[in-house]
Amino acid sequence: MKIDRRDFLKLAGIGSIFFSSGLGKLGSLANAATGKDDFFFVQLSDTHWGFTNPAVNPDSAETLKKVVASVNSLTDQPDFLVFTGDLTHVTDDDKERRTRMSQFKDIISALKVKNIKFIPGEHDAGLDEGAAFKEFFGKTHYSFDHKGVHFIALDNVSDPTSSLGDAQLEWLSADLKKQKKDSQIVVFTHRPLFDLYTDWDWYTRDGAKVIELLRPYSNATVLYGHIHQEHHHKTGNIAHHAAKGLMYPLPAPGSVPKKAPVPWDANQPYKGLGFRSIDVKAKQAALSIAEFSVKGEKL
Amino acid sequence: MKSVRPWSVVVSISILVFVTGAFLMSGYTFGEEKEQVIQITAKRFEYSPKDIVVKKGAPVVLEFTSLDRLHGFNCPGLAIRADIRPGKVARVRFVPQKAGIFPFHCDNFCGTGHEGMTGTITVTE
Repeated sequence: MKIDRRDFLKLAGIGSIFFSSGLGKLGSLANAATGKDDFFFVQLSDTHWGFTNPAVNPDSAETLKKVVASVNSLTDQPDFLVFTGDLTHVTDDDKERRTRMSQFKDIISALKVKNIKFIPGEHDAGLDEGAAFKEFFGKTHYSFDHKGVHFIALDNVSDPTSSLGDAQLEWLSADLKKQKKDSQIVVFTHRPLFDLYTDWDWYTRDGAKVIELLRPYSNATVLYGHIHQEHHHKTGNIAHHAAKGLMYPLPAPGSVPKKAPVPWDANQPYKGLGFRSIDVKAKQAALSIAEFSVKGEKL
Repeated sequence: MKSVRPWSVVVSISILVFVTGAFLMSGYTFGEEKEQVIQITAKRFEYSPKDIVVKKGAPVVLEFTSLDRLHGFNCPGLAIRADIRPGKVARVRFVPQKAGIFPFHCDNFCGTGHEGMTGTITVTE
């Protein structure tokens, strides 16, 4: 079933997952007063272009192209798209890394939406401190404003110790100081900022420092990837939402002795993969998140 | 009174010197159990040894060296972690307080086989 933007908005009102970022009615009115407009954007994560293992994804060469077609098929197009890391699958060969990035960029050039934001994952940037990523996709951390919302893209992978590092933390601190305490803030990262499951390396070594910097802000949400599955968590008033991957799913944290991709299920192709739409409403301080399958079906 | 023979004094002193020297060279200190030192090398994408056995309550020193690039060592179950940089020896001292099998992994992204760079510490009673 293909779903258009109008259908999505109807569904969002009655059935989509609705996450409060901790602000009540008073906060909503305050946000409306700031001139925030309704809009939505799409998050895609962990496309791992270049990955090959037929037992895990026999359609690895086509999955990303199908996703591009699904996003393009939305009747109303998002204001922008964000890829939250691991655009490409790791390779130890610098030349091959660039080839994969070039191929990835070529495939997504078919997207109707041209406003696309990127952050790296460790597969993209962990072996060369983000050098190739910067050549193809630009800065690894930055911020921007869109229709009254402040977006912050963080890089917790270019340093192979999975840290942001002092310089980026100082930049983040300075960036946040320009925001009001009730500003709507959306943070993009690849790895979780909290200790989701350290046995599987699902954390950021200095993530607690980021959370501490965000803590005074009453309306902050973190959207991330890395764990290849939906996951929702709160640290204080900060909501953290992990997105599904688009190449292979990973098991629930700690559910199996060793972390490894979930094998392909021929009876349910693309199970566990997908992208999401995030709806921002002017009169509401919460984000509405709707999940979509690879083929664009509303889940 | 029986006289002391000079040669027996020499032998006694020699034995005392030998025993004291042996104690000092062993590193043993009174009131503190000797540490078990385990040398571990890290290279893409394995540790050697990858399975380590230690004894509950006995102090252990892990000495890490990298043969190629930056690696990590993280054993959350025993709260042990280290960065392993080429050209440097990283040391972590700990006293295992609980028996069991505790997995560890490389937590500094090191390449295609990074996910499989794992091992275990077994703590025996």
